[in-house]
Amino acid sequence: MAQNKKIMELNEVEVWDGNYANASALRQAGVDVISAYPITPSTGTVEGYASFHANGYIDGEVVIVESEHAAMSGCVGAAAAGARVATATASQGLALMIEVLYQASGMRMPIVLCLVNRALAAPLNVNGDHSDLYLTSQSGWISLDACNPQEAYDLTLCAFKIAEHKDVRLPVISNQDGFMTSHTAQNVRPLSDEVAGKFVGDYLEVNSLLNFDHPVTHGVQTESDWHMEHKAKQNDAMMKSASVIEEVFAEFEQISGRKYNMIETYKTQDADVIIVALGTTYESAHIAADNMREQGIKAGVMMPRVFRPTQIEKIANALKDAKAVVCMDRSAPGGQLGQLFQDISSALINTPARPIMSNVIYGLGGRDMTVIELEDIYKKAAKDVENGKLSGSIQEWVGVRGPELKYYNVEGN
Amino acid sequence: MSCSLLGGCGPQGNREIKNLKTYSTAAERFEGAHVLCPGCAHSIIVREILNATNDNLVVGASTGCLEVCTAIYPHTSWDCSWIHIGFENGSTAIAGAEAANKALRRKGRISADTPEPKFVAFGGDGSTYDIGFQWISGCCDRGHNMMYVCLDNEVYANTGGQASGSTPIGASATTAPAGSDSYGMKQNKKDMLSIMASNGASYVAQVAPNKWKDMVKKIQKGFNTDGFVYINAMSACTTEWKFPMHQTIEVSDLATDSLVFPLYEIINGRELNITYRPKNIVPVRDYLGAQPRFKHLFKPEYEYLLEEWQKRVDAQWVYLQKREEARV
Repeated sequence: MAQNKKIMELNEVEVWDGNYANASALRQAGVDVISAYPITPSTGTVEGYASFHANGYIDGEVVIVESEHAAMSGCVGAAAAGARVATATASQGLALMIEVLYQASGMRMPIVLCLVNRALAAPLNVNGDHSDLYLTSQSGWISLDACNPQEAYDLTLCAFKIAEHKDVRLPVISNQDGFMTSHTAQNVRPLSDEVAGKFVGDYLEVNSLLNFDHPVTHGVQTESDWHMEHKAKQNDAMMKSASVIEEVFAEFEQISGRKYNMIETYKTQDADVIIVALGTTYESAHIAADNMREQGIKAGVMMPRVFRPTQIEKIANALKDAKAVVCMDRSAPGGQLGQLFQDISSALINTPARPIMSNVIYGLGGRDMTVIELEDIYKKAAKDVENGKLSGSIQEWVGVRGPELKYYNVEGN
Repeated sequence: MSCSLLGGCGPQGNREIKNLKTYSTAAERFEGAHVLCPGCAHSIIVREILNATNDNLVVGASTGCLEVCTAIYPHTSWDCSWIHIGFENGSTAIAGAEAANKALRRKGRISADTPEPKFVAFGGDGSTYDIGFQWISGCCDRGHNMMYVCLDNEVYANTGGQASGSTPIGASATTAPAGSDSYGMKQNKKDMLSIMASNGASYVAQVAPNKWKDMVKKIQKGFNTDGFVYINAMSACTTEWKFPMHQTIEVSDLATDSLVFPLYEIINGRELNITYRPKNIVPVRDYLGAQPRFKHLFKPEYEYLLEEWQKRVDAQWVYLQKREEARV
């Protein structure tokens, strides 16, 4: 059982922001080594954990390093030495450690990274968007997405169990929105230290550097003769992790009463128009969908709870009967369609009746996405459904000053 | 974690090294089965370091000659725990393992009677002077109980001889080649030993493979020192220094006897001890002349560079002696 010697008594309902929720989950997971470097807006996760350490609640080591690259490097070294390991970062920090993210997943280190989503410079911006989350999309990390502090706490606990499962042995990212979640205190119902510790369980050590009876070489070189087999096995483990994630979510529901799904849906069953969004926007869209339904538009919302591995079959199944799907991307797409649009549209590419697909770029650098704007997006999609085709361009930027920005007009082709 | 009689709980502590024969009969944890160039000093240095102790070892390597030549899947030259992550972070990989050791002992997952292992990170001069500089400094700042060894061959040898921050002035390297308008590398190498001593390293030393007794003494001292230890190991490179592969030790002798690579140690940043004083100090030009990477310096127009080299080495030798005497 993963538990520190000193127990922290918690109330049934605590008021925590997303960072404190993360820090609490890391404490309850009995992490052996935290190797971290502070960066807004994830600093609170590290500070919270450091304060637990300073007050005797942590039996493990806290290594505050000199950069995010070093943070993840220390994590890999500690994980290879048989320790349960975690860190937290955001934005530029994630960008700096990206090299080591690939090394960590390739070396099959079950590290947990609390990623507090923030925009990438330039221009420098500390607020929330999904540029850093998308930057991890091919890094070989399993990626889970939370909408609020409760979910951040729950998913960070689940992350250890998924990462360390013997059939997975891959690192996991627990995402939450910068500021909107990380700095917004909300009600959180924590598990007791005992229940959380039992859930996460003992660390299953594999090929530890500190097992001197069985010396192991970690991080070898493979060239064209073996590299592809290594990457194939790694990817196969990623693909097969879906069933483990479902098992972990089911077990978590039993102890917490909170149910997590591979993809989350809200009123999609009979929906004509569905918005797909990550993080806090998924929650805001619930309100917009309800308002739309009052006005006679059958609106629904979907979110990939598990961003990676991409749940193509489940996404296709949830969206196949929709008439229009709008994918909301909170990241500057860099001259292409947004990442979420690409994921979702690829799930629907072979479904018999493909919905009208469009892509909204919104909320960059923490720009608000209001319920009114979401309603407008639903209304436009409903109009497209009425007309039986997409009006105008596939991609549209919303909530931005200046002339309308619309791209990829394939009408008439 | 188990600790069988056959495995990690054998005799621990310094290994007694009386003569070279002891090496040849010692159990090897760095096997001969590697693809380093014939005549490469790296393998000599690594064997001497690993053979200095009987303790359990966790060894790290940064990307570089040592790493790519000793861990090519499905083979490994390492009969000890070994890890490589990347080019710049070999030091921090070992720091992470060292932190894990502390945590797992505190938590009782490693029993208290399991002997404490030694943590050693190897990196080339590219990993040390250039790309991994910050990581090494961070590990030193935090006082991880580990030894960092720079295998200093003054060039990116693994990738074909590009100039590094350790490449000395006047050497011809592929990214700083000598040519009709250039004498090669324009700036001199930085003084990593002083930097690490000032950074707070508990123990700093320069070693050379030809002076193996001196090296063993320093490595054992380093292993018995708490905190961060930095070792700069002169590693003569037959491929990029371009001397014949059978002359590695001869060239190393010229390096130490010309005082281009003086052998000394600094304890706690203050106490400097010169550990080798050549009976006959060899002119720097003899050391340079043995290596075709410097051959263009022997043209008349570069005579001044040879003179500057000699002056620089003489001044450094005076400085080291003064510091040794002053104890500051």
